Amino acid sequence: MDQYPRQYMYMRAVRAKIFIDANFASAIDLNKIADEACFSKFHFVRLFKEIYGRTPHQYLTDVRIEKAKAYLEDGQTVAFACFKVGFDSISSFTGLFKRRTGQTPKQFQIAREEFRESVATAPLHHIPSCFAEKAGWVRTGTGSDRAAPAKSNLC
Amino acid sequence: MITKMNHASIFVLDQDSAFDFYVNKLGFTVNTDADMGPGKRWLTVNPPNQPDLELTLMPIGTGMMFNDESAATMRELVKNGTFGFGAFECEDVRATYEELKSKGVEFSKPPTEEFWGWNALFKDDSGNWFSLGQKKQD
Repeated sequence: MDQYPRQYMYMRAVRAKIFIDANFASAIDLNKIADEACFSKFHFVRLFKEIYGRTPHQYLTDVRIEKAKAYLEDGQTVAFACFKVGFDSISSFTGLFKRRTGQTPKQFQIAREEFRESVATAPLHHIPSCFAEKAGWVRTGTGSDRAAPAKSNLC
Repeated sequence: MITKMNHASIFVLDQDSAFDFYVNKLGFTVNTDADMGPGKRWLTVNPPNQPDLELTLMPIGTGMMFNDESAATMRELVKNGTFGFGAFECEDVRATYEELKSKGVEFSKPPTEEFWGWNALFKDDSGNWFSLGQKKQD
């Protein structure tokens, strides 16, 4: 590997990362990713970890979890999110999700629904009051004169 | 005693375009996207791994902080690359540079080795520039 210019190696590792980003839902394995980057598996794992601080497999799992979060945010079922991002077992997906995020997929989905509901119905709870006042979204003043509580602790 | 920063503003020319840049190109996460009435939107994003720092993508328009004249002036200043709103860190500047460049991000300075690590400069879709840094490992 060391006979190639450093820049060339970077391009290949980046290409491998982009390949994972685009193909996370497929049953890709390390050899396939290493092939895509034209590396031996050993050199590929070493360089990838050096650059991204994670093995390609760890990175693939991270991407899948992030994509699963997006499906859950869109209101899809846990099973749909699990299979859509490339996991083949709901129980192992749920366990992995909880280890990575501290919440089960369902807990994550409920929390995000509640957050979005809160943003939609009471946006001023999520905006520092100084900005809200500048924008004219709340009246300045005190007590009942105030139109709505903003994130007043933030400024 | 100040303990941390939780909001910072980046002034942008267009929130839809800024959303695409920060979320789809840089990979930031949308924190709050609130409809505040006709033509008004409160949009904040989090840099990866920093859920407690909201970057407000603040449109430059008459109303919140600007009058017509100051908004027009500010838009010109931003477009001309007057402002550098911050410095981001990454795991590897050279790899991040290659990836972002492939996504169409414009760099005014390629990865350069400094005494403290690696550094590059890129522009957002409005013209604001940012430093992209990587500290040397001990």
